[in-house]
Amino acid sequence: MFLALFGVNVALVFLNPSIGRTALAITGDNVLEMLSFLPPIFVLLGLLDVWVDRETMMKYMGRGSGTRGMLLAFILGSAAAGPLYAAFPMAGVMMKKGASMLNVFIFIGAWSTTKIPLIMFETATLGFRFMALRLVFNLAGIFLIAFILEREVRRHPESLPEPRA
Amino acid sequence: MSTAALYMLTAMLLVISFRKDRKKTRQALKKAWKSFENILPQFLSILVLIGLMLAVLDRETITRLLGADSGAAGMAVAAAVGSVTLIPGFIAFPLAASLLSSGAGYGQTAMFLTTLMMVGLVTLPLETTFFGKRLAVMRNALAFVYAVVSSVVLGVIL
Repeated sequence: MFLALFGVNVALVFLNPSIGRTALAITGDNVLEMLSFLPPIFVLLGLLDVWVDRETMMKYMGRGSGTRGMLLAFILGSAAAGPLYAAFPMAGVMMKKGASMLNVFIFIGAWSTTKIPLIMFETATLGFRFMALRLVFNLAGIFLIAFILEREVRRHPESLPEPRA
Repeated sequence: MSTAALYMLTAMLLVISFRKDRKKTRQALKKAWKSFENILPQFLSILVLIGLMLAVLDRETITRLLGADSGAAGMAVAAAVGSVTLIPGFIAFPLAASLLSSGAGYGQTAMFLTTLMMVGLVTLPLETTFFGKRLAVMRNALAFVYAVVSSVVLGVIL
């Protein structure tokens, strides 16, 4: 898949040099950016996997962890750095260790929209009113979507793949 | 800045972990490397795809499509572009700010930002490997509907 896409891009350099080169340059920048934030995320993932055992994860973020578990998932997601695709492997470890799907999806939702540095940046570029309104809407959205998805998992537990990390 | 904080936190935890148990720490690092290695091809594919898309949809094109008086059509374009692509926030917000200053509505801008952050067609295959097809598709669809509703409301309020 990666090689095929890369091939398309290289072909484009010859067919349409301006777009092909721009695409390569953007990809290069993005790869560098990715390599700058991924190492700590994966080291944290490894540490989480080794040090936090299943019982602990289930106690704090499993089913029945209630408001505290939801809050913890939300804080963990908001404190993160990096785009959403970096959150999926982390969610994988949480699932493997027995976190409830509700909390996993709250974590994903928080990672996607309420990251603290991004909120500060949004206020600076788009103004407080815009940020605050979007934040209020997104908070409602994160929990709503997580509740719906959790219900879906309970109805169709077979749709969940084997946990992997 | 947040990346620096993340590095510091990780380094600190790593040192603590190493002091407590060398073997476990080595095991953690090995696991970190293995998951990184496993997922790297998928990450790279995503990045090449984003690079191709952004080369076609440059800043001027996006501004033109979502610009002044683009109305409902602008909303639709914002949703479509936002859902497919995945742009880091540090590029997305200045872009959104320039959209607003070039006359795009708040609704279009919010739509673009919200779908950009919550919906990712490009990352769907990766998401599927962790959550399964059904849940991954559902999460994206729900986020999409949610983005549309909240952006329309936000456009009316602001």
